[in-house]
Amino acid sequence: MTVWLALDLLLAAGSLALAFGVVRARRVFTAIALFIAHGLLLTLAWVRLDAVDVALTEGAIGAGLSGVLLLAARHRLARVGAGRVAEAPGRAVTIAIGLGCAAVTAALGYAVLALPDPAPSLAAEVAASLAATELGNPVTGVLMVFRGLDTLLEAAVLVLAVIGVWSLAPDRAWRGAPGAPWTVVEDGPLALLARLLPPVGIVVAVHILWVGADAPGGKFQAGAILAAMGLLAWLAGLARVPPTASRPMRATVAAGPALFIAVGLAGLMFQGAFLAYPEGLVKPVILLVEFVLTASVAAALALLVLGPPSADARP
Amino acid sequence: MSMLADAFTLVAVLAGIGFFAAGTAGLLRFPDTASRLHALTKADHLGLGLVVLGLLPQAGSLADSLRLLAIWALVLFAGAAAGPMLATLTRRTGPEA
Repeated sequence: MTVWLALDLLLAAGSLALAFGVVRARRVFTAIALFIAHGLLLTLAWVRLDAVDVALTEGAIGAGLSGVLLLAARHRLARVGAGRVAEAPGRAVTIAIGLGCAAVTAALGYAVLALPDPAPSLAAEVAASLAATELGNPVTGVLMVFRGLDTLLEAAVLVLAVIGVWSLAPDRAWRGAPGAPWTVVEDGPLALLARLLPPVGIVVAVHILWVGADAPGGKFQAGAILAAMGLLAWLAGLARVPPTASRPMRATVAAGPALFIAVGLAGLMFQGAFLAYPEGLVKPVILLVEFVLTASVAAALALLVLGPPSADARP
Repeated sequence: MSMLADAFTLVAVLAGIGFFAAGTAGLLRFPDTASRLHALTKADHLGLGLVVLGLLPQAGSLADSLRLLAIWALVLFAGAAAGPMLATLTRRTGPEA
């Protein structure tokens, strides 16, 4: 078991060093590259904690899509000449930031160390009641049934985020298509990758969504993979982004949360509790919500990376 | 038979780790971007290939073996696409861009 201990220590030391590197990096690009590497190490850490569901999400969204989002933001900032911080903050500000971070770290450390041993857990109750959900994966059971409201809010937040990004559009670009943060490369290896990878990616995404009922996986991971495939095709000039005025696209983004809310209200009407699933139909209803939510999550994540509609978008 | 499989795993995975170590050393020590990419892609392709090959006898089922091979194929593919892309970019804009 000492091998595992050594591996865990290496992972912990590595992610701390990378986090330090992110803060210390002089250039924005370096910081983002280190942030992505940090996300990948965190993914391994979640695997070591036996939380494969979280690891998948961290890898797909925390490291992957967030990394692309940050790179696109850096590119946009550089284009308007705001890529570099003009001057370093003064000594007093630096000390204040350091003290603030140290206080948060100390508070979090205290919170973890102050947990009673064994830590309070509802895991046993979840395991006991899982059969009623007709699901095999306790994580999906918690996300879709026991704490379904949290998942509903998470999905709704994505719609709000897309609205927030779109609201940054200048008036004359409104209803237009999002502008490209990068120049579109229409030939070479990227074009080949964009032609060959999406079919594989779509199969993997549907697989991850489907096994989510009984094994690690689910809508957010599958949605992130689908979004990545869409972005890849778009970067290679193979797919066009519909303008923000496009009704089918708006409907795709809103459909998942809307269906989830409708299911919740139906539960309130027929079962007497918000988000109570009809008896005997629990798994079909959950699967339907998961499938529609996956499409919404994928569309919302891709639109977040694409950014607000801009005047210089390709026609 | 299982001892033979274990020995094969050990040899292949160790060889794979050797390629990763050599690739990392090359990434750190080689003078320019093209040679660093060369070192890196060798580590990814051959190193991971040997690790996957070594793990095949340990895979519980045919489906798991296929998953391992699929992972290797995807990494091969990503490396084959990303390597030339980075190389073209550095040739066009210089290594610091």
